[in-house]
Amino acid sequence: MSDSAKVTDKLLPDLPPPANSTGFIGWMRMHLFSTPANALLTLFAAYLLYILMVPSINWALISADWIGDSRDACTSGGACWVFVYNRFDQFMYGFYPEVERWRIDITFVLLVVLAAWLMLPRMPKKGLVSFITLIIYPVVAFFLLYGGSFGLEVVETHKWGGMSLTLILAIVGIVAALPFGVLLALGRRSEMPIVKSICVVYIEFWRGVPLITVLFMASVMLPLFVPEEVDFDKLLRAMIGIVLFQSAYMAEVVRGGLQAIPKGQYEAAQALGLNYWKMMGLIVLPQALKLMIPGIVNTFIALFKDTSLVLIIGLFDILAIVQAGLSDPNWLGFSVEGYTFVALMFWVFCFGMSKYSQHLEKRFHTGHGAR
Amino acid sequence: MSMTHQVEDDKLMVEMRGVNKWYGQFHVLKDVNLEVKKGERIVICGPSGSGKSTTIRCINRLEEHQKGDIIVDGTTLNNDLKNIETIRREVGMVFQHFNLFPHLTVLENCALAPIWVRKTPRDEAEEIAMKYLRRVKIEEQALKYPGQLSGGQQQRVAIARSLCMNPQIMLFDEPTSALDPEMIKEVLDVMVELADEGMTMICVTHEMGFAKTVADRVIFMDKGQIIEENEPHEFFNNPQSERTQAFLSQILNH
Ligand SMILES: Nc1ncnc2c1ncn2[C@@H]1O[C@H](COP(=O)(O)OP(=O)(O)OP(=O)(O)O)[C@@H](O)[C@H]1O
Ligand SMILES: [Mg+2]
Repeated sequence: MSDSAKVTDKLLPDLPPPANSTGFIGWMRMHLFSTPANALLTLFAAYLLYILMVPSINWALISADWIGDSRDACTSGGACWVFVYNRFDQFMYGFYPEVERWRIDITFVLLVVLAAWLMLPRMPKKGLVSFITLIIYPVVAFFLLYGGSFGLEVVETHKWGGMSLTLILAIVGIVAALPFGVLLALGRRSEMPIVKSICVVYIEFWRGVPLITVLFMASVMLPLFVPEEVDFDKLLRAMIGIVLFQSAYMAEVVRGGLQAIPKGQYEAAQALGLNYWKMMGLIVLPQALKLMIPGIVNTFIALFKDTSLVLIIGLFDILAIVQAGLSDPNWLGFSVEGYTFVALMFWVFCFGMSKYSQHLEKRFHTGHGAR
Repeated sequence: MSMTHQVEDDKLMVEMRGVNKWYGQFHVLKDVNLEVKKGERIVICGPSGSGKSTTIRCINRLEEHQKGDIIVDGTTLNNDLKNIETIRREVGMVFQHFNLFPHLTVLENCALAPIWVRKTPRDEAEEIAMKYLRRVKIEEQALKYPGQLSGGQQQRVAIARSLCMNPQIMLFDEPTSALDPEMIKEVLDVMVELADEGMTMICVTHEMGFAKTVADRVIFMDKGQIIEENEPHEFFNNPQSERTQAFLSQILNH
């Protein structure tokens, strides 16, 4: 070995990082008190939080009343959750007959089980379960909720309401819109000019009108065009309106996902002899779908909140039913509690979905495209 | 050149007659004439943008030509989807950037086309896939995803994927130019082996060593035209056209 060579045979041990850069104190020093101006801002923000949060928490939790039968139970001066407590069942189930409410419960439990099966990473037979979820479940859910066969009593849709109606509208809206959205997006990228222009016109038309007008049209205009004898269910009309509207948005989400797939994937599929539908179904869409999930969740969150617009056509979603409860003479004056409750319900669902989509994004970003 | 190699003079696999193509106003292919016999190995070289990729991509209709005839294994390429599908089943293609399907495992990548295009039962298709993965010496990676493999390994999988369709002709579009130097050989070895087995091959490549040892004919393209066409020894030692000479001196001098 020459004299100029530098060699070491001593392996350096792993050392912990220097103390002041980690831990709570280190974090605070670095992020909250790094400069005098920063420290001042931190203190000011803390003060603001203090004067806003303390009264709110006090009102909502500490001096609130929770349980009772009437407004007389509200004596502590804070929020009167007794109102929500007493009407909770109605807020969840609307005017669905009390003895039949188990049907709603079962419908949603089934859905949660199926969805969890599909969402958990390592469950077997996902293909079969997707099929059950998308094809069999909707039929089962319809017969459970509406009844009319298997000895189940018919529950007219005008009795449906509350949170369950909100969920039904949002889920039907998004799930039914997805296949239409995929077709519209494929059509928009098609090389056939007629198909392409039909899809472009459709998408741009529905994206250009507000959902509220769509719902008005569905409930007020549509009956003018169909003969009076045809009793077109109001909920069904709202659903059709929502799906038509939503599929335009979904198409744009799908298009975004499709654009992210490199040209080489199409070419490799074509070179192997796959035809258009096999190429799309086996190669392009499965990859694009992963990229689309955050966008789908986003539109779902938007739609979920927009469903409250159905109150203007006389459907009692969670917002409408709470509002109805507020005009009950026995419970006048509890609108803050009522609307807070509605906001909280929406927030819990939307926040959960947004967290889930963030989690998915992370999962797809790692693992070399592995499932 | 291997001893087993046999060119069947009377069987044309690819026939391009007066092929012209334009991108908008831009005339990419100018009167390209090319005949490839069964078992022949063709190397196409030429400067960047000369239309080499476009030429071979016309053979399996990844690009559409506007004038002239292309006949592949007896089937004429036209707008008839049936013909296009027939031809694509018989023509394998390997791309510069591999283009493996990242959401499928190596095995699924290979078994996909036999299952969905040839309607082979799944277990049989997987057997075929394993056979070709073994041939490109990568069977131990069968259950991995493409993203977990090196470039050279990915390209070998891409070759295996094409072979699973049992093609009559293989097209290679610069299969080694996206690879790190130490991986080029493993891919070239597979291609040489394939050539020895008598596969009809059309390779766009700048690997002149490969061209010298394997090719039956070398074709030089420039500005959308075939400028020169000769057997490799003559092509490299005695190039006729000035442009060929300039091109060869450029790529052989470094
Ligand atoms: N889709 C396209 N639209 C317009 N011009 C194109 C298109 N594809 C290729 N070209 C042009 O056609 C010419 C030939 O392209 P081609 O890819 O066949 O060249 P090449 O010989 O393979 O070059 P390289 O060695 O860079 O791969 C180039 O000038 C290129 O810019
Ligand atoms: Mg090229």
